[in-house]
Amino acid sequence: MNIKNLLKIALKALNNNKMRCFLTMLGVIIGVGAVIAMLAIGQGSKNSIKAQISEMGSNMIMIFPGAERRGGVRQSSDDMQTLKPSDYEALERQATTIAAMTPTVNGSGQWINGNNNYPSQAQGVNTQYLEIRQRRMARGEMFTEVDVKSAAKVCVLGKTLVDNLFPDGSDPIGKVVRFGKIPMTVIGVLEEKGYNTMGQDQDDLALVPYTTVMKRVLATDYLQGIQASAIDENETDRTIEEVTEILRTSHKLREGEEDNFTIRSMQELAEMISSTSSMMTVLLAAVAGISLLVGGIGIMNIMIVSVTERTREIGLRMSIGARGRDIMMQFLIEAIIISVTGGLLGIFTGGIATWMISLFAHWPVQIEASSVILSFAVCTVIGIIFGFYPAAKASNLDPIEAIRYE
Amino acid sequence: MAKEIIRIENLKRYFKVGNETVKALRGVSFSIYEGEFVTIMGTSGSGKSTLLNTLGCLDTPTSGEYLLDGISVKGMGKNERARIRNRKIGFIFQNYNLLPKTTALENVELPLLYNSAVNARERAERAERCLRDVGLGERLLHKSNQMSGGQQQRVAIARALVNDPVIILADEATGNLDTRTSFSILTLFQRLYKEGRTIIFVTHNPEIALYSSRNITLRDGHIVSDEYNPDIKSAEEVYRNLPEETD
Repeated sequence: MNIKNLLKIALKALNNNKMRCFLTMLGVIIGVGAVIAMLAIGQGSKNSIKAQISEMGSNMIMIFPGAERRGGVRQSSDDMQTLKPSDYEALERQATTIAAMTPTVNGSGQWINGNNNYPSQAQGVNTQYLEIRQRRMARGEMFTEVDVKSAAKVCVLGKTLVDNLFPDGSDPIGKVVRFGKIPMTVIGVLEEKGYNTMGQDQDDLALVPYTTVMKRVLATDYLQGIQASAIDENETDRTIEEVTEILRTSHKLREGEEDNFTIRSMQELAEMISSTSSMMTVLLAAVAGISLLVGGIGIMNIMIVSVTERTREIGLRMSIGARGRDIMMQFLIEAIIISVTGGLLGIFTGGIATWMISLFAHWPVQIEASSVILSFAVCTVIGIIFGFYPAAKASNLDPIEAIRYE
Repeated sequence: MAKEIIRIENLKRYFKVGNETVKALRGVSFSIYEGEFVTIMGTSGSGKSTLLNTLGCLDTPTSGEYLLDGISVKGMGKNERARIRNRKIGFIFQNYNLLPKTTALENVELPLLYNSAVNARERAERAERCLRDVGLGERLLHKSNQMSGGQQQRVAIARALVNDPVIILADEATGNLDTRTSFSILTLFQRLYKEGRTIIFVTHNPEIALYSSRNITLRDGHIVSDEYNPDIKSAEEVYRNLPEETD
């Protein structure tokens, strides 16, 4: 029996039971559709995380004071005072793989303008901060090297602070606001950036020369950290090595002594986040995969019913010369037609569902060709596997009994 | 002497049911020659169904020899027997066994679907010719569930003829039909017989034997009589004399 005749017979049989055939297919349609939509959501969120991280600067390196742990005890970096402005200067002088670098010293407190106030931070940085964090000025100017040297009382505000301190919408540039008791002149406003992946408001900040924070706010000689951007984002490892080398020399650490500082790169963070989101994707797809499996069981169920129902037909076909193999192929092809058609419709449904999700929920989504191919392949295999048992059952019927089956 | 189509020698078929052995056929021998119309008669339990299954290559004997058209069926595997059924045997069943919701033409084409030597065009041509032969030329595209019992049986007969078999095996072919339709079908069988077809008609109805050329009677797995019919009655005559249905 050739494939064309087999297809014709299978299509005819399915056509005789349209409703049943459609309902069985529905299981596969929902399964495949769910897998595709879930993978699209997973891939979409992964992509958006990647994009945000690279926006934050995928070549970023952060240096914190203190070892991650000392004698097995985790330390809070606030307690440790090992990074000094001299370390920053040493890096500035010697590092060759760093494009830009800023010390960071943050003081938290209340920003006050007249009768408006808002609790936030004064982030002490230098002029290169904008380059490292890829921020731009909306209005006004960033402070200058001279301001840093003189520990000038100037600040650049983020959008959230501007909104809270100047609720009437007046121009903040040139106004004097207070941070705690210290008056500061607003010389610029940062361009709005919104929330990051972790849900932090990236506009809730005020930039102040780090020297100002050290001398006038915190009265400290130590830095809370150093942020740097590597020249090449693919060679952040090399940059980390170099920085480690320079800082160990600067801290006069002997061979075998532990680092008293910690270096983190954005790459690590990116890997961590994307591994979390990969896990979520796998989880979602697994749940959707289960519904595909249930669809497959539905096929098997209906095929078993179909074989039982058509026992006489099988008996007849055998008595007029169908071999076991012919009967087997007939039922297997029916199952495959159900699963493959269901799979195609499922891809279509999954596409529509994905489109609706991005339309109504505004989630980032992306359908990848690999996920379409994967789910289609899986559902074809499911059709074969779950169609096989009923088909084998049909082909093993005894024609004598089958033809007299009531 | 006509060609020998079927020869069975000392055919035995035993079934194991639980711990007991049921002896359905206890040594049956006969030959059937080309152009014979043989009725095999017997009450239920006489072994006639088992004999029919064996003759139809659906079952294999426990012992004994069976030659169909000169070929020994005894040692054949499942697939070989399927092929023999497809090429050399035409089956007609009591309950017609047509595919539901399928046209007469497609039903008749069915055996040829399992013969890869016949292409689609030849298949349709042969099926159509056979349907015309049994008087259903006007109903080629009627579906099986739109036809009367007699018409359905005619389709089944056409299906049995389409592969040009050496033997036609009919199992109570008139069992589900009323008298008048039975005789019209019987008339068709007699016509096939006159055209030179070899027919085996298994039945428990002794009346049918009057219209065949030879009758074999089975009882308890043995042949109790094997007689040629010197005076074959015409089914057509009976059919014509039957009153048409009026009510």
